[in-house]
Amino acid sequence: MTAVLAATIFATVTAGVYLAMSRDVFRCVIGLALLGAAANLVLFAAGRLVSPLPAVVPVGEILLTDAANPLPQALVLTAIVIGFALVCYSLVLLLRLMRDARTDDALALRYAEPRPDDPVKPPASAADCDVAWPPEDRA
Amino acid sequence: MRSRVIILEAAAGPLYLLILAASVWVLLRGHNEPGGGFIGGLIAVSASILWAVARGSDAARQRLPLRDPLILGATGVLLAALSGVPALLLGDAYLTHLWATLPLGFTDLKVSTVLLFDLGVYLCVWGALAGYALALLAVDDEAAASGGER
Amino acid sequence: MSALVAAPVLVPLATVVLTTLASRRPTLQQVVSFVGALIFLACAVALVASAAIDQPARTAFGSWVAPYGIEFHLDRVGAALVLITALMGAVSLLFLASDADAGPRHPLLLPLVHGVLAGVGGAFSTADLFNLYVWFEVMLICALGLFAIGGRLDQLDASFKYLVLNLLGTLLLLIAIGAVYGATGHLNFGALAEAAPALSPGLSTALLTALLLAFLIKAGSFPLYAWLPASYHTLPAPVLALFAGLLTKVGVYAVLRTVGDVFAPAPDVVMEALGWIAAATMLFGVLGAAYHWDMRRILAFHIVSQIGFILLAVALAGEAGNAATLFYTVHHIIVKANLFLIAAMIWRLTGSYDLRRIGGLYRLRPALGLLFLVPALSLVGIPPLSGFWAKLMVLQEALAQGRYAWAALALAVSVLTLYSMVKIWMEAFWKRHPDDRWQPPAATRLAPAWAATLGLAALTLVISLYPQWLLAYAQAAARTLGG
Repeated sequence: MTAVLAATIFATVTAGVYLAMSRDVFRCVIGLALLGAAANLVLFAAGRLVSPLPAVVPVGEILLTDAANPLPQALVLTAIVIGFALVCYSLVLLLRLMRDARTDDALALRYAEPRPDDPVKPPASAADCDVAWPPEDRA
Repeated sequence: MRSRVIILEAAAGPLYLLILAASVWVLLRGHNEPGGGFIGGLIAVSASILWAVARGSDAARQRLPLRDPLILGATGVLLAALSGVPALLLGDAYLTHLWATLPLGFTDLKVSTVLLFDLGVYLCVWGALAGYALALLAVDDEAAASGGER
Repeated sequence: MSALVAAPVLVPLATVVLTTLASRRPTLQQVVSFVGALIFLACAVALVASAAIDQPARTAFGSWVAPYGIEFHLDRVGAALVLITALMGAVSLLFLASDADAGPRHPLLLPLVHGVLAGVGGAFSTADLFNLYVWFEVMLICALGLFAIGGRLDQLDASFKYLVLNLLGTLLLLIAIGAVYGATGHLNFGALAEAAPALSPGLSTALLTALLLAFLIKAGSFPLYAWLPASYHTLPAPVLALFAGLLTKVGVYAVLRTVGDVFAPAPDVVMEALGWIAAATMLFGVLGAAYHWDMRRILAFHIVSQIGFILLAVALAGEAGNAATLFYTVHHIIVKANLFLIAAMIWRLTGSYDLRRIGGLYRLRPALGLLFLVPALSLVGIPPLSGFWAKLMVLQEALAQGRYAWAALALAVSVLTLYSMVKIWMEAFWKRHPDDRWQPPAATRLAPAWAATLGLAALTLVISLYPQWLLAYAQAAARTLGG
């Protein structure tokens, strides 16, 4: 069973890394989501695969016996919720980014970089610099 | 102008209440069995999404308690945070939960700070995810209204 | 007493909730936000005062004890960093009241800022590896929110780059945590420290490598610092100062906690690698800064470079190295945040962050020129400013351990740092403005900005002239680490 889980993790990581390295930003995010799923499986595997029984104390009992390790389940649940929130955020971000930038190519997303036509060396004459007042934040 | 689906609109009214009732049942069941605030909140979100599909995002937002997903979520976190305070007053660590039984005459009502915490989680999940989903659906509505692809 | 340990988490979180509830009323929201920040500060002061006793304060939420519950604890290191976090929060909120690049008012701005504070406070006070991951995610989500609420295209772009690399970091952290739990069966720092000596050297090296890889991405160290200078400069100035001061330092703190405390003494190969990574971080950061002309980019690259110095102190290990780490971190947070805030004031007065497009500010505001010199020269390490003492501690320890290459590199990097700072000063203050018809803005609302930057500069001067109290504190803190 452990071997199957390991193979699953391997396949998920492979797919995730392949997609995450894509230039297509949407694939990139899907790849990271897959990597998140793989990380959750690793957490799950860390608790050992011993029992398929749910970690719920039966009615009338006090102790949990023969059940799965509840701690990795709690960890995975937390990680799933957080990962879910991040994927939600990334999808909205991508929607806006792709709408505003009109591209989904990661290499074309250079809006936070210095302008390629900027004169690299000083002194730049004031005429080159279109100093406007009040200034736009992005000169 | 969004197209209307009369059957869905008609069915949404009773379904909304039914789904909410189911979500509350799951919330309360979580005390001793699988279930709880998180799952219950997710089910409640599905009710809001149903309403949004049937009547539009704005209508669904108006139907939320407190009429604002953000405020609803924050209220949920507030309730969850407050559930830990009684323990602090008694000198225990924060979030140490307390249980009590209220005799009502005909039956004993069990109350606990855990229930308050779970209710907080329920409202928080409902507010946060409904806000997210409704905003996404509204994007779709805008696109339909402007008539273009984007 | 134990309730106070939860304050670094609970107070900012409560402020998040209350400011969100007040999001329809801006004035009320600001008042709530300020009050929350001040209560946080007061709690942090009380914590530092209480951590002075040698018993680290602890609490566990829900009274669940260590193997099952999540513990919070504050030793001297954590308490000092929580205090500086609270201070930075208050200063940033003060600066937000000015009109120096404070950004547009979004109803969620203040809740998100407090969310970042909660994440940082939680990361500094938790005693649980998985909980540390949760606080990293809280920081990440709030930071992403702060990027996105501006809505400008460059901010969305920056947000995407920040998201991808940081998400990769947290996923690596998650996998590393899974490996640690699988190997030891523990997540609590105390339990891990007990279990660590029983691990085989190979296994402990592997676990530490996985953990450090994740933390170093978060700290912005070589070679995975690209997200930092690619994104930070799109933020509004007060938020930028907060990020610059705090976020990368949480990564550094996590590295310190891992190799300097929980898994101490770490295998030599790990510390050796960490030292060389630190050296590369110093060098590449400062070289990146030398290229740029945008003040924010220059300063962002200097964050990377200074992270290299702090990581070098971590890599030197031992009591002296750990004490230097804490001293350097405290000094650096104050100085770096101040530099970003002063850059925002320069922007307000001259209209641009681009050094090629501004100038002549010394004639207009000589006081600002002098004020800039305090953190700038402190960053370089000119005696007697605080950076000098911090670098002295690192260099002394490097030389004492015979690490001459690292020490020489640190000195060379300091010279290059001086180049960048002098560049900013000459271009912004000394040279004539390139546009002869340039007029300074008529009306500015810079009083809160002056108060914030002067306060931070005064703090730098206090640390500079009376370093012994911080030094003694850092040494006492280092003694409690690692056992």
